[in-house]
Amino acid sequence: MASEKASASSVPNPFVLTPYVIEKRSAETADTTTLVMAPVKGGQIPAFKPGQFNMVYSHGVGEAAISVSGDPKKRDKLIHTIRAVGKITNSLTSLEPGSVVGIRGPYGVSWPMEEMKHHDVVIVGGGLGLAPLRPAIYELINNRSQYERIEIMYGARSPKDIVYNDEIQSWRARQDWRFQVTVDAAGREWYGDVGVVTTRIPDARFDPKNSVALVCGPDIMMKFVIQSLQGRGIPDDRIYVSLERNMKCAVGFCGHCQYGPIFVCRDGPVFKYSDIKSFMFVKEV
Amino acid sequence: MSGKISKGLSATIAEHPFMHGLDAKFIQLVSNKATQRNYERGDMLFKEGETADKFFLVLAGKIALELAPPEKDRLTIETIGEGEVVGWSWMVAPYRWTFDARALKNTQVIAMDAELLRKALEDDPKNGYDFLLRLLPVIGNRLENTRLQLMDVYGV
Repeated sequence: MASEKASASSVPNPFVLTPYVIEKRSAETADTTTLVMAPVKGGQIPAFKPGQFNMVYSHGVGEAAISVSGDPKKRDKLIHTIRAVGKITNSLTSLEPGSVVGIRGPYGVSWPMEEMKHHDVVIVGGGLGLAPLRPAIYELINNRSQYERIEIMYGARSPKDIVYNDEIQSWRARQDWRFQVTVDAAGREWYGDVGVVTTRIPDARFDPKNSVALVCGPDIMMKFVIQSLQGRGIPDDRIYVSLERNMKCAVGFCGHCQYGPIFVCRDGPVFKYSDIKSFMFVKEV
Repeated sequence: MSGKISKGLSATIAEHPFMHGLDAKFIQLVSNKATQRNYERGDMLFKEGETADKFFLVLAGKIALELAPPEKDRLTIETIGEGEVVGWSWMVAPYRWTFDARALKNTQVIAMDAELLRKALEDDPKNGYDFLLRLLPVIGNRLENTRLQLMDVYGV
C-alpha cells in the first residue's frame, strides 16, 4: 500500500505563479481564515488529490505552503484554510475579496484514497489538521460505497477553535459514518465531549486488521494518536500522517524542509508512518 | 432522582464494562446498597467539597466533570459516557469530591455505596486487588489525558 505521488513534472513549470482572485473569505476561528479563490483568467483549477498543497504567494511578502482544503471534484474554486502565524500567513489572511494572490502547485504526496477502498477508514485530526484531511473526507462522501466503516475523530482546543463548524454539524448528522468532536476544555454552553482526541480512539468502531488510518495535527498530538492507534492494533504501515515543515521551493531543490533523510515537500507531506518512524519523534534529527 | 434497587441490578452491575468479569460473589456483596439513578440534562450528580460517598457506573448518557475557578467561568475538563466510571475520591480520605459532576443529557447511572465498597476491598484483598487493577488504568488514563490537555496539543 503506497501513498499517491504527483511528481514535480506533472506541473508545467513548478516555479511559475498563476494569479488567483480571492472571491470570498470567511473567518473559521480568531486566527484562521478560509479563502475561496478562482483563476483570474477563468477556467478550472488544476486537478489535485486530497492531502496535496499549493504554494500561495502574497505579493511583496512571500510564499507559504498551504494544503488544499476543498473538494477535489469541484474544480471551479480553489479553497485554502490558513492560520495566521507569521508574516506571510498574516498577510494572506488579511486580504479582502478582489485581492489577487499567486498560486503554484499542487504538489506533494496525497492521502492513499485508492488503497483505502474496501477498508475501514479511521481519520484523526486536531486543530487546523482538519484542513488537509477535508478533501479526503469529501472523497469519502463522493465515493461512500467504496469504503467500509468510517470513523472520524476531531479534536480542538475549545469550541471556538473548531474549524468548519457548520459543515461539521452536517457531517455529524450523517448515518453512514461516525464523526466525533471533542475539545480540551469548554464552558457550560458546550454539550459535546471534552477530553483530548485520543480518548475517542479506544471505543472507535473499526477492524484493526482491515483499517487504514489518516492522522493530521501538531506533531505532539500525532505522537499520542499513533500510540493509541497502535494500541488498537493498526500496523504502522497502515497509519498515514501529514507533516508540516518549512517548505520553500516545494519541489525538493532547496532543502528547507529536509527532515532526516527526506524532503517533506517532495517525499510528503503525507507519509506512511512505518517509513518515517525511525526519526519522526527524535528530538534532534 | 433515585430509584429503588431493581431486581436485576446486580446483573446490570455485573454486565457493566468496568465490573464485567469480577468475582460474582464480590459483585453481589458490593451491589447490596447500590441504586440506579436517572438524571436529566443539567442535574448535578455531586458538587466539589461534598462527601464522596458513591462510586458511579455510567449506563447511558454523558456527564461533565467541572471546575469552578474563583472569579472565572465554570470549566468542563472532561466528559464521561456510557460504560465508564466516575470518581475515586471515595477511596481516599478525606472522601470529598474535588470537582462537580453534571449530566449533559439524560443520564442513567448505578450509584454504589462507597463505605460498603471500601469495606469489601479491605475484607477481600484478592478481589479488592482485581478491582483496583481496573480502577488504576482509569486513573492513569485520566492523568495522561490531563497532561495532554496541559500541553495544549492543538495549539503548537
